[in-house]
Amino acid sequence: MGEKIKKKVKTIKIDLEKCNGCRACEVICSAFHASPKYSSNNPARSRVRMIRDPIKDIYVPVYAGEYAPAECMGRDVYVIDGKEYGECDFCRAVCPSRDRFKEPDSGLPLKCDMCEGEEEPLCVKWCITDALTCEEREEEVEEEEKPADMDIALESLVEKHGLEKIADAVARMSKKG
Amino acid sequence: MRYGETGYNLEIDLATGNIERVETDPKMTELHLGGLGTNAKILWDRVPPETDPFSPDNILMFSTGLLCSTPAPGANRTIVTTYSPQTLFMGYSMMGGVFAPELKFAGYDKLIFRNKSPNLVYIWIHNDKVEIRDATHLKGKGAVETQELVRKEVGDPDAQVAAIGLAGENRVYMASIEQGRSSASRLGVGAVMGDKGIKAIAVRGTKDINVARPEEFYQLCNEVLQYIKFREERPIPNVMTILQGLGSPQEMKHTDEKWHTENFMWGNARTRRKDFWNDEIEKRWKDVQLSARKRLISCYNCPMKCGAILSLPGMSTYMMKCFSKLTYTMAAYVDDLDFAFRIAQRATEYGVDGFSTPQVMAFAFELKDAGILTDKDFAGTSAYEACPSDNMGRFYWILDRIARREGIGDILANGTYWAAKEIGNGAEEYAHNNIKKHEQLPLKLGMLNPVYFLMYATGEKANITQIEGQFPQAPFMTMEEREEFIKDWIQVPDEKFKQYVLDWEPRGERSNPYYPTPEIATDIVDWQEMMHFIDDALGVCAGLSSFPLKPPYHIHNYPKFISAATGMDIDEEGLKEIYRRNRNLVRAINVRRGLTRADEKPPQDHWKKRFPELEEKLLDTYYEFKGWSNNGIPRKETLDKLGLEYVSEDLTKRGILTDDEETPAKEASAQK
Ligand code: SF4
Ligand code: SF4
Ligand code: SF4
Repeated sequence: MGEKIKKKVKTIKIDLEKCNGCRACEVICSAFHASPKYSSNNPARSRVRMIRDPIKDIYVPVYAGEYAPAECMGRDVYVIDGKEYGECDFCRAVCPSRDRFKEPDSGLPLKCDMCEGEEEPLCVKWCITDALTCEEREEEVEEEEKPADMDIALESLVEKHGLEKIADAVARMSKKG
Repeated sequence: MRYGETGYNLEIDLATGNIERVETDPKMTELHLGGLGTNAKILWDRVPPETDPFSPDNILMFSTGLLCSTPAPGANRTIVTTYSPQTLFMGYSMMGGVFAPELKFAGYDKLIFRNKSPNLVYIWIHNDKVEIRDATHLKGKGAVETQELVRKEVGDPDAQVAAIGLAGENRVYMASIEQGRSSASRLGVGAVMGDKGIKAIAVRGTKDINVARPEEFYQLCNEVLQYIKFREERPIPNVMTILQGLGSPQEMKHTDEKWHTENFMWGNARTRRKDFWNDEIEKRWKDVQLSARKRLISCYNCPMKCGAILSLPGMSTYMMKCFSKLTYTMAAYVDDLDFAFRIAQRATEYGVDGFSTPQVMAFAFELKDAGILTDKDFAGTSAYEACPSDNMGRFYWILDRIARREGIGDILANGTYWAAKEIGNGAEEYAHNNIKKHEQLPLKLGMLNPVYFLMYATGEKANITQIEGQFPQAPFMTMEEREEFIKDWIQVPDEKFKQYVLDWEPRGERSNPYYPTPEIATDIVDWQEMMHFIDDALGVCAGLSSFPLKPPYHIHNYPKFISAATGMDIDEEGLKEIYRRNRNLVRAINVRRGLTRADEKPPQDHWKKRFPELEEKLLDTYYEFKGWSNNGIPRKETLDKLGLEYVSEDLTKRGILTDDEETPAKEASAQK
């Protein structure tokens, strides 16, 4: 168990009423995570995605959360103000049931990292209509090791192909290199 | 690697089903940027001027702009280009929304269709996978409905769909292409899409778009966003509400319609109702709008909210922007916004232009009142009832006839110009609001404004909202107001424009129509055109650039955007030269199809006070400034200097460019 430490917790507040569906959040998130930074953009790589169904007036920016190896057995449908949202509309999981939050070429999972290193999450900065705002507070938390992007990615691969196959592949690749 | 653009076009032969991904020549980007510029080049190269718009040889292009899909705010325009069945000139109509960005993420700068499909199809583009699919089951379906059906069929909720309705299928000259909250509606591009047998195009892309100088580009984008915020907090004082802010006219946001309803004409662009607006109407209209409006919405990567989702009891939801809110109800003389939204819903599903169509409808009833059309023309058949007599009922009826090309609707479906010709018997006089055969905003004014005269007369787009902008529409009343306005006017290409504003008086010697002088008016129009031409090549919405006063994009930061995005080093002079090249090429395309000075005429009744001599002088001055003959034809030197020798050669060969400027140019065969 880690020690108690003070940590800044950032919360992004999402005001669905104010969202105009512009997808600026997706644009800048994908650009920020390109390497080199801002060298390309591609909403499919964004860690925030607009779930959007204009005819039903459904506009939900959703953030990429944890990787989920299997899809949910039972799902929920929310009805809010007479609007019925889809079963997965509010869900942050990177799950086999959908393409969202996966790198388009490799299928590797993506996760929102709150734009580490930036003073403000960029999706918030670029949402000048204030559908997204960010609040920061201090909290005492137990220190825990945060898995790096690489670990998350590897875990998902292991989940998909089995540890042995992955190890084989890595061995093969290092020989080639 | 290509920057800014994908470097590929998708070429589809609808007759053979052949689909090709074709690499483009980077040189073309250097010469024309993209969007409208490269569309013009392709149209010039590939489609001979004799080509009928409905011939298989006509091509239909859906182009992105050079900056589309980069993080540049508001870079989302799709530029649709073909020969217009209505004007017979180059038709280029633009739409916002999400289509162009998605197309570019799929890996294409342009979609180019040639020939015709033997049966109705839709196209499904998913990155490298492109399919032509049967669409016979979608025949007759609404344009909005089709988008939903196709999205379901391709099984991707993120697919963006552009579709035509019944009007496009029936080649109605006012047919639009609808896509989400946007549409390409002017100049009959939907009719050409229908003629080619394309019901819809669905696209989904998940590839990257690269920029050459990332950090620099990102900073430029941030500056634009900051400036938008700055402008949102500072509406421009001393101008009308709709001119104070950025974006398209904010018709979905504002409920106060005093200005439009009392200054724009009702009916067939005829009657001004100066005392229309009152408290009771204001209250009723506001209630209707706020209860129908579910949300204000934007195009891709733009913070402005020019569109809205509208949902009225008993009918399916649709989206709207801009002035279509009022065009139908004002044309019909119906004082009811509920009717306005309801008939616009039906019109959107049919897929027709909300500017031209209402005027065609009002024109029909004027002809009936004048006895030129008779009860016979409005009679029922076994398929439909006779035309009702109330204003609302008869407008729905005539809309149905036009979209379905039934009875008199078949003639009206060609727009007021062609319909009047066919009906004859004096009908021509009632088609009074056209330029180049195309219906204009229903606006009739008192004193000639020289700047507007030139824009209306010479604008290749034949649609004033796509030509005007940047410069105040009217002089400020006091010197203080003028000084206030020019204080932070960073967008001017040259300081002299500030002086023009200072000198322009509401009355007296330096007022309309003699001030701005022909030279100054030409300067102003050239700036306005320049910004529109650049926007249309870059795919940036005019609402953030050429249309409003003091926009975030302008001639000083555009070269930086283009350079940082593409890696080409372009300065202001270089960009201006590209503008001139594109401007002259578009003009040459139309000249080759028969455009002459005689076509450059605003409607006779647009202003009550006309000044024939001054108007000729205005045109002379403008043509001279452009390096065109007094017949509006680009001179050889002008073309050659811009690297358009192949254009001057062609025009000379055809006898359109002659040494003797006084001989009228030869009519091209496309002119009927
Ligand atoms: S940037 Fe803001 S308004 Fe635009 S889609 Fe994202 S959350 Fe919605
Ligand atoms: S906070 Fe940063 S990483 Fe997370 S979605 Fe927003 S832009 Fe992307
Ligand atoms: S200004 Fe309006 S019309 Fe233009 S891109 Fe933005 S939302 Fe669309």
